[in-house]
Amino acid sequence: MRKLALSDEILLTIEKPARYIGGEVNMKMKDPSKVDIRFCMCFPDVYEIGMSHLGIQILYDMFNRREDTYCERVYSPWVDMDKLMRERNIPLFALESQDPVKDFDFLGITLQYEMCYTNILQVLDLSGIPLYAKDRTEEHPLVIGGGPCSYNPEPIADFFDFFYIGEGETAYNEILDTYKEYRKAGKTRKEYLERVAQIEGMYVPAFYDVKYKEDGTIASFTPNNEHAPKTVKKQVEMNLSDTYYPTAPLVPFIKATQDRVVLEIQRGCIRGCRFCQAGMIYRPTRERSLEYLKKCAYEMLSSTGHEEISLSSLSSSDYSCLQELVYFLIEEFGSKGVNISLPSLRIDAFALDVMSKVQDIRKSSLTFAPEAGTQRLRDVINKGLSEEAILGGAMKAFQSGWNKVKLYFMLGLPTETEEDIEGIAILSDRIAREYYTIPKDQRNGKVAITSSTSFFVPKPFTPFQWSRMITGEEYVQRQRFLKGKMREQLNAKSIKYNWHEAEVTELEGVFARGDRRISKAIVDAYQSGCLYDSWSEYFNYEKWMNAFVANGIEMSFYNGRERDTEEIFPWDFIDVGVTKAFLLREYKRAKSEKVTPNCKQACANCGAKEFGGGVCFEEDLCMADLEEVTDESKN
Amino acid sequence: MKARIKFQKYGSMKFVGHLDIMRYFQKVFRRANIDNEYSKGFSPHQIMSFAAPLGVGLTSDGEYLDVQLLSADSPEVMIERINAALTEGFHIIGYRPLLETEPNTKTVTAMALVASADYLVSLKDGYEIGADINSKESFAEKFIKFMQSEEIVIGKKTKKSEMDVDIKPMITLVAFEEEDYEAKRRNTLEEHLKTEETSLSNKKPDSMAEVYENGIKIYLQLDTGSSSNLKPELVVEAFCESLGVAYNQYAWQSHRIEVYTRNSETGKLAGLDQVDR
Repeated sequence: MRKLALSDEILLTIEKPARYIGGEVNMKMKDPSKVDIRFCMCFPDVYEIGMSHLGIQILYDMFNRREDTYCERVYSPWVDMDKLMRERNIPLFALESQDPVKDFDFLGITLQYEMCYTNILQVLDLSGIPLYAKDRTEEHPLVIGGGPCSYNPEPIADFFDFFYIGEGETAYNEILDTYKEYRKAGKTRKEYLERVAQIEGMYVPAFYDVKYKEDGTIASFTPNNEHAPKTVKKQVEMNLSDTYYPTAPLVPFIKATQDRVVLEIQRGCIRGCRFCQAGMIYRPTRERSLEYLKKCAYEMLSSTGHEEISLSSLSSSDYSCLQELVYFLIEEFGSKGVNISLPSLRIDAFALDVMSKVQDIRKSSLTFAPEAGTQRLRDVINKGLSEEAILGGAMKAFQSGWNKVKLYFMLGLPTETEEDIEGIAILSDRIAREYYTIPKDQRNGKVAITSSTSFFVPKPFTPFQWSRMITGEEYVQRQRFLKGKMREQLNAKSIKYNWHEAEVTELEGVFARGDRRISKAIVDAYQSGCLYDSWSEYFNYEKWMNAFVANGIEMSFYNGRERDTEEIFPWDFIDVGVTKAFLLREYKRAKSEKVTPNCKQACANCGAKEFGGGVCFEEDLCMADLEEVTDESKN
Repeated sequence: MKARIKFQKYGSMKFVGHLDIMRYFQKVFRRANIDNEYSKGFSPHQIMSFAAPLGVGLTSDGEYLDVQLLSADSPEVMIERINAALTEGFHIIGYRPLLETEPNTKTVTAMALVASADYLVSLKDGYEIGADINSKESFAEKFIKFMQSEEIVIGKKTKKSEMDVDIKPMITLVAFEEEDYEAKRRNTLEEHLKTEETSLSNKKPDSMAEVYENGIKIYLQLDTGSSSNLKPELVVEAFCESLGVAYNQYAWQSHRIEVYTRNSETGKLAGLDQVDR
């Protein structure tokens, strides 16, 4: 029987002991003494969230297919466990073998959102691994970062031995093969990192020097090691229908956030919304074939026993075989008690038909993400969703019996005016008015509209990477203004308004576009007790502000500046395919309220075509057609 | 058709709570491709019911789960199929098709049948009881004395209030050695089972109860179910209290051995896998 790292007494004292015992369905068991490489994969948040992440499941499966490698998992211990581990000096351990993380060859940490940065330090700290990469020796694991936040790794660069920029399917085998070879040859950690730096997509922060100008912006960013390239090129898996996919994913005992089979139908997004980082960094859009997905669905449902399957992508309605896939899933699995959980779809006849088949109309709601309240601002952000489309879609749904609508907006978008903010309230009200045009005897009680606003954060590799981000005070003002406007609406009683906290978003802004000088503040904040910052009950703004002050960091430098077009950004050394020239062009078009067509309408020459596949090669429209198509799409 | 499944729960699975076990088994049956019957509606779920939820921290050789099926193989094949879909810490040791409920009669759930259960409570290594108990002999001696008192009154918390209850009548068997336990246990069973059990004894699966070096342990048969219910932990707590020593809930490992139903006429017991309903 497997032995556990924790005593019965500890496991019976803490919340949800199943977070720490492993042993889940489809967990891989290997004899650690019979492998060459031990890799510990980490999601720096609580187990239930980490276990819901598809990326780790893909890599877990891919690594464990290698006979020479044993990939295990670790998550952030929850606060109760964290306290006990510190009090009793219990080293952090991996779930599979229950062995200390410190004894592994690699610790791979996925970086899904900025507010997990103190949890990274927690994992290193509890493992007994020095926080700063420079303090690690031959006996410590190599700490790797990957995932969306590695597209600006600079605020946390000092904590990592290297970053893997891009999709994991392509280069990890080379990383592992080389590691084995180098270790057999008795090479040092530094020699190995020099070799890693030559693998496309790998960024070894220690091999680069940053110099700053007097005004605080970057003067130069240059390699200090001859093996390190000037630019690091994002990794992309170009054939998504012939690659690794976890056909037997792990199934936790306790209910995870995603308690279902997740089918990733495509990567990337054709839409080009100007605020959206994922829409830029995952270009070009690549689809998985229908046959491949059908096969995966079968295998995953039978290997997990899940009673639900959901589709994952940035914009499912754009997947070319969506109808066929969804009808296949309903017909094939619906009768076997499998729920089909739909991603947010563009509301059309197909969506309504499918929704009425798989959901209880009385309980489910329609979701729209207009993001901005007026057409002007939606043009600025290139969100191709018109008021007519929203009202038309809502009306069709109302006529079929729905009466709940969820709307998502952002406050603080570039060029936002009071009229745009008020537009959020007006649009919410218009949807309600639309509902009440249906005769009383034909409608389904009252309409319930929930409008939520989040705080816009400019992200690297988006056209808004140059933008100023509004301050917390401005945000609160705008949110209050909107709240007042909501109350003035005719159907105010049918509209519920929710908003996100401003403080945590300000920090997110600093981390998103920050540089290497921030790492010290993250360490200080962590050491003063900050942890689980993405959990509002644990977020402590004051401690963060103290840490910033102590390290001479001004939030306004990172958030409050309209950045110069000549400025060198901390993330400029990364080549994501999409060029800086394109992003700047898009920023200018945003300011002049010009819409850019999506990738299926016309190619805007973003640069992602160089990867040689995906949507870029499906149509052959050229830049010359661009203006024409733009005008058409407006009509 | 209905069937009753008997399983063991052991090792690290003792940390997985009852609600999660229910979710776990739903997925087990799907993986094993069992033809479960589903409830109707937009979120259909398998029709199943557990006899007696086991608390977190306890292990068991006798857990029962009733399922409603549309079709099934022979018991042997069903056991094999389900076991193939289980992870370490669970093991199916019995499968018994149940009689169909007669039309117009009320369905009896497994839970409603439960009347009694056997437990093995062991002191974990590394812990001490106090009161000069340092061997299994001195433990047995003290426990026998404890059981000799007129009544054993404990404050029992219910949802509404706390009240004093005499738990002595709820303890129907006490033994310290396995042989003694088996002999006493047979006496509580219905006549036809006494012999049947003996003849099947060589088929009995190995117990998954943890074994500790210190040897201090006790077998208990306790009232279990909706009309009268006593947890083994409460017995040990009352025992410690009678000795004037602090009760440490982490020092003891409780293990369920079997769950019974009672024949209302004879007052005798039968394991839930020995009845057809």
